Amino acid sequence: MNTRSFKGWLYLIPAIAFLGVFVVYPLFDVFIYSFEEGYNSASQTYFGIGTYNYSYVLRDPYFIQALKNTFILVVITVPLSTLLALAISVALSSIQKLKELYQTIYFLPYVTNTLAVGLVFMILFQKTPYSDGFVNQIIMAFGGNAVDFIDGPYWAKMTVMCIYTIWVVLPFKILILTSALASVNPDYYKAARVDGTSSWRIFYRITLPMISPMIFYLVITGFIGAFKAYGDVVGIFGTNLNAAGMNTIVGYVYDMLYGNSGGYPSYASAAALVLFVIVLTITCINLLVQRRSVQTS
Amino acid sequence: MKIVLEHVSKRYPNRNRKVGGVFTAVDDFNLTIPDGKLIGLLGPSGCGKSTTLNMICGLETPTEGKIWFGDTDVTNLSPELRGVGMVFQSYALYPHMTVQENIMFPLGNLKGEDKLSKEEMLRRVKHAASLVQIEELLERKPSEMSGGQQQRVAIARALVKTPKVLLLDEPLSNLDARLRLSTREEIRRIQRETGITTIFVTHDQEEAMSICDEIVVMEAGFIRQVGRPQDVYDEPENLFVSKFLGTPPINVFDAEVQDGRLLIGDAVMFDVPGVPNGPVVAAVRPEGFIVDNKGPLVCGLDLVERMGRDKSVVATHPKLTSARQIRAIIDSDVHVDSHVDTVRFALRRPKTRLFDVQTGERVHFPGEEVVREYQRQKKATS
Ligand SMILES: Nc1ncnc2c1ncn2[C@@H]1O[C@H](COP(=O)(O)OP(=O)(O)OP(=O)(O)O)[C@@H](O)[C@H]1O
Ligand SMILES: [Mg+2]
Repeated sequence: MNTRSFKGWLYLIPAIAFLGVFVVYPLFDVFIYSFEEGYNSASQTYFGIGTYNYSYVLRDPYFIQALKNTFILVVITVPLSTLLALAISVALSSIQKLKELYQTIYFLPYVTNTLAVGLVFMILFQKTPYSDGFVNQIIMAFGGNAVDFIDGPYWAKMTVMCIYTIWVVLPFKILILTSALASVNPDYYKAARVDGTSSWRIFYRITLPMISPMIFYLVITGFIGAFKAYGDVVGIFGTNLNAAGMNTIVGYVYDMLYGNSGGYPSYASAAALVLFVIVLTITCINLLVQRRSVQTS
Repeated sequence: MKIVLEHVSKRYPNRNRKVGGVFTAVDDFNLTIPDGKLIGLLGPSGCGKSTTLNMICGLETPTEGKIWFGDTDVTNLSPELRGVGMVFQSYALYPHMTVQENIMFPLGNLKGEDKLSKEEMLRRVKHAASLVQIEELLERKPSEMSGGQQQRVAIARALVKTPKVLLLDEPLSNLDARLRLSTREEIRRIQRETGITTIFVTHDQEEAMSICDEIVVMEAGFIRQVGRPQDVYDEPENLFVSKFLGTPPINVFDAEVQDGRLLIGDAVMFDVPGVPNGPVVAAVRPEGFIVDNKGPLVCGLDLVERMGRDKSVVATHPKLTSARQIRAIIDSDVHVDSHVDTVRFALRRPKTRLFDVQTGERVHFPGEEVVREYQRQKKATS
């Protein structure tokens, strides 16, 4: 028994060493940084230990804006993308003809280069000297006024951001949900049909509970992913996110480290830890809800 | 409810594009299932049992033919309108619901004037649960029960709407040998108590023989024989049925008829007047062998096994085609010398059946029916 567990640890050493150096140590370091006041990265000195970094960050209007943006993004895109993915997956699994073709089409964005995706969004939303963007043409065709989605009002920019995020996360969710739907034993549906169950009741009382673990998985990873949004935002609105009013928490952290106003690892660390606490809390709530609903349903 | 299948066929398009065409899973079925009886659909894997059941249930529509429930043509009726209850091989109990919720589920589908009050639903659930004797388990989840208990829940769920027809697709195949025995008796009891016409699918002939009023033996989409289990066992209409029924299985020999005598190898077994000359297949039930020092069938002796009441003699014969060895069952008080190399048998006519070499159809000969007469007399006197 003892030699066996010793062996087990031995085999784990490479992984533990790797994780220790690249994950645990940096995490620990970030934690320390966030409490060191007035840290100077050039001289590697600081004035004292305390919570000033946190109070600075939490009062910084740019951080508040980033927090607000991130929350809006999360609250809108996670439920919407999950519902949309569920609807599309159910539709996909109920058709017979050309099923593979449709599945491939819905999965294409997942394997498409981000630059190509960015280009598509430019064509859709960007105002250029040559065109107003596809969406604007539609709006104008219905008699509306063109909107500048990239440099225009806040809600327009947020709309583009949400649509983009949903569009990007959709393929993966569809993939997971279609395979979850396919793994439900068809006998359940046959039994329900013999008993004359309406399709809505079958979906609500049988399909949904059966795939609920996968839905919860998608919601949790969706929350985490949306909270960490950054790259996509830069892709659409450029690197000066604070000026665009479209910064996210991760964007704020990055700016504090390397941006034009950067060079403040302590503030960055504090912001990163605030994000960590938020994500941790939300995930814990998710897991609690999941446990309860799986037990009672 | 009497069920009639009229020239029912089911064809599936062939998956293999190269071959093309269609695959016939069920071929021109004509079958009448009497009201209130327990019927066994019996046959090897892939012979179309489930397909037949699904067509009766309404999950599949026949490619051809009609299905009647009583005087109603239900061929194109959807399952919920037929009043059938179905138990699946996998039980298909909803894992996230308790036993009570599972059994109540079909009742929740009732709409309009059929809609039941909560109390009435509970009462019916209790009644169905008591039929299968699982009242104490109502709060459990399917995963917290044994296979046999899950199976009862599945039956209760099928019974709760008081169907006119109960369909069971291999309901015992997930159970261990012991539980199978007791559960099949249970199914018999429930069927007797409710009087619901029940169709029971199995590939285990013993199971079908032991509880069914009538069995339907199928092979590759065809009905091979229909009848009371004992009748089908005693009087198989073809070689397939004779081989399919009975444990240990029937012993099949390459034989020949010459001038009204049955020969296996060169030895004359007995007279079969009226049977034309030529090769024939002779099949002998294990209980059809009589150990006899002057018997015509000379076999190599492999083994003598004592099995409780009976003795089983394992022997070899060059003309045997059904297996490597003959298995004969004899009374345990008959002495067999197990130290010698050969054993000689005489054959009982009523336990020997002849079949055409080409078609596998039964070839009748005089004196083969004695058993049934004997049994009838026994039944009449007892
Ligand atoms: N949807 C289908 N498409 C094509 N062929 C099918 C389909 N369903 C069944 N078959 C074929 O029809 C035949 C009969 O199938 P069925 O399921 O009725 O067999 P079974 O007698 O129930 O066998 P088992 O004892 O293994 O359950 C099989 O050869 C099967 O391959
Ligand atoms: Mg089957």
